[in-house]
Amino acid sequence: MRSMLGDKRAIAVFVGPALLVYTLVMIVPIVWSLGYTFFDGSVIGGFTYTGLDNYRQLLDDQAFWDSTWFTVKYGAAVTIGQVGFGLLLALLYTFYLKRASALVRTLAFFPVVLPTVAVAAMFTKLFAVAPQPGLVNSIASMLGLSGDRDWFADSGSAFIVLVLMDVWRSMGFYAVLLYAGLVDIPDDIVEGARLDGAQGWRLVRHIILPMLTPILLSSVIFSINGTLKVFDSIMALTGGGPGDTTSPLTLYMYKTAFSFGDYGYGSTIAMQLTLLSLLVTLMIFRYSRKDQNR
Amino acid sequence: MSTHTATRPAHAARPETPEREPRPRRFSLGQTLRRTPLRAAVALLLVIEIYPLVWLMLSSLKREDEFSLKPVWALPEGFDWANYSEAWTTGNMSGYLRNSLLATVPSLAAIIVFGVAAGFALQVMVWRGRNTVLLAFLGGIMVPMQMVLLPLFTIYFKAQLINSLWSLIITYTAFGLPLTVFLMAGYFRAIPPEVLEASFLDGAGIFRTFATVVLPMVRNAILTIALVQFFFIWNDLLLSLTFISDDSLRTVQTGLLNFVGQYGQRQWGPTFASICLTVVPTLLLYLALNQKVMKGLTAGSVKG
Repeated sequence: MRSMLGDKRAIAVFVGPALLVYTLVMIVPIVWSLGYTFFDGSVIGGFTYTGLDNYRQLLDDQAFWDSTWFTVKYGAAVTIGQVGFGLLLALLYTFYLKRASALVRTLAFFPVVLPTVAVAAMFTKLFAVAPQPGLVNSIASMLGLSGDRDWFADSGSAFIVLVLMDVWRSMGFYAVLLYAGLVDIPDDIVEGARLDGAQGWRLVRHIILPMLTPILLSSVIFSINGTLKVFDSIMALTGGGPGDTTSPLTLYMYKTAFSFGDYGYGSTIAMQLTLLSLLVTLMIFRYSRKDQNR
Repeated sequence: MSTHTATRPAHAARPETPEREPRPRRFSLGQTLRRTPLRAAVALLLVIEIYPLVWLMLSSLKREDEFSLKPVWALPEGFDWANYSEAWTTGNMSGYLRNSLLATVPSLAAIIVFGVAAGFALQVMVWRGRNTVLLAFLGGIMVPMQMVLLPLFTIYFKAQLINSLWSLIITYTAFGLPLTVFLMAGYFRAIPPEVLEASFLDGAGIFRTFATVVLPMVRNAILTIALVQFFFIWNDLLLSLTFISDDSLRTVQTGLLNFVGQYGQRQWGPTFASICLTVVPTLLLYLALNQKVMKGLTAGSVKG
């Protein structure tokens, strides 16, 4: 048994291809990218060594700090929306719809599988104002509100549409994840708490949520890591506009590298994004650890 | 029926077969009132999640003047399939769909073959350094694509792979591996060692055991992962936007982005039709495999 499972040749055959591709296309480029942060230029125009200039530039670059702030704001808003509504849906599935929830779960999962570009194109039309008002503006004017609002002309309302879209898209996903966690809570615990008089919100707050913590935590980490790296939704919905007011770090990095041909500074921004996601993930771990010790 | 239910008390405590005391059913007014908000919530949820899609599909069948003359929620007057032919030929959605398939299928195959084999060696087989390798794969889940985008562009540019689907296939494969290896390692953990032992005692080698004993046990897991990876690859925008600029090689997502950019303002009908063309295949695939997705997602794959 042991010799079979320790067969070096077999291990090489099993792991070799994956490790090779992974090393060449992920690990080497990561190191390479770190190297780029000390250079200026691009593959087409050639590179010049500039030492720590890119990092100095970062400190004074208002656009970089604006994008960082936007990234954090967006990540927080969407994560709270996705996991929060996901949790509400999961509670609805488990305690109200019960076994009849399969159909609702399936339907609420629809938006999850749709391509981002298609969803964004659809939302552009939903919130359109010209050449003819889209669904949202039409309903607004039917209700007597102003029906000619240009949602994408103002950074505040463009942000709202972005958050709405990404919450709409993925709450069904988090609902299923959290539903799986809720189903795993033994029935007798919930029943016992009910007999002890815990009802409604108190039951959720004191019995359900503590038991759901591990999966809630993975959901938050999963969600925040996805939303800090958001690119597709914003690229397809607002393109970063109006101006650069809805431009996250990913989009700023993309423009720096491919519109302005500055790979060095682009890599420096990408590195900050990586550090940001690591930092936020570690903070959530820290916080949850503390929370459990209390 | 009644005898059947009576003779299965062994696992009565499990949630699937709760044997609670039957509650008295009362249809009081108070209870109905208390239930109403929840019912409304479910209805609202379904409207919010589904109506935009219905609206999208109905709109794709409208003639151009219907958009300006009638309210946006009006039903289409007839089935105007012209929008679809416009999107399919002039909008080149047929070419984009073909390119997407050509990029997705090979990457998916490579991810599954490489990832499942690696997951097996990393979880089941015994060797020095396997924890380091597993950790290296795990780290890849955290790394944003932006971190490797520029070096990859440089490499592909030098190798003349820019504007070739190969650049996409290679990159998708590498990006799909971390999650696949990680999830597969989790599934392999559930395989009891006795099963392997029995197979070895029967005289099967490690490769034979892997192919005939292990693989059939994780078939559902592989399907789930393949589906997740399919959606990830099919819906990718960043990589295809970066590596492909030749219009005839664009994938569905960049093609749609381009199409919406060109026609989106003026021609709503073909725009809606082209969106539908990208939405419907994924929806059908999801509906076909829905049971498996839900089972895979709820089978503890993410709980580790």
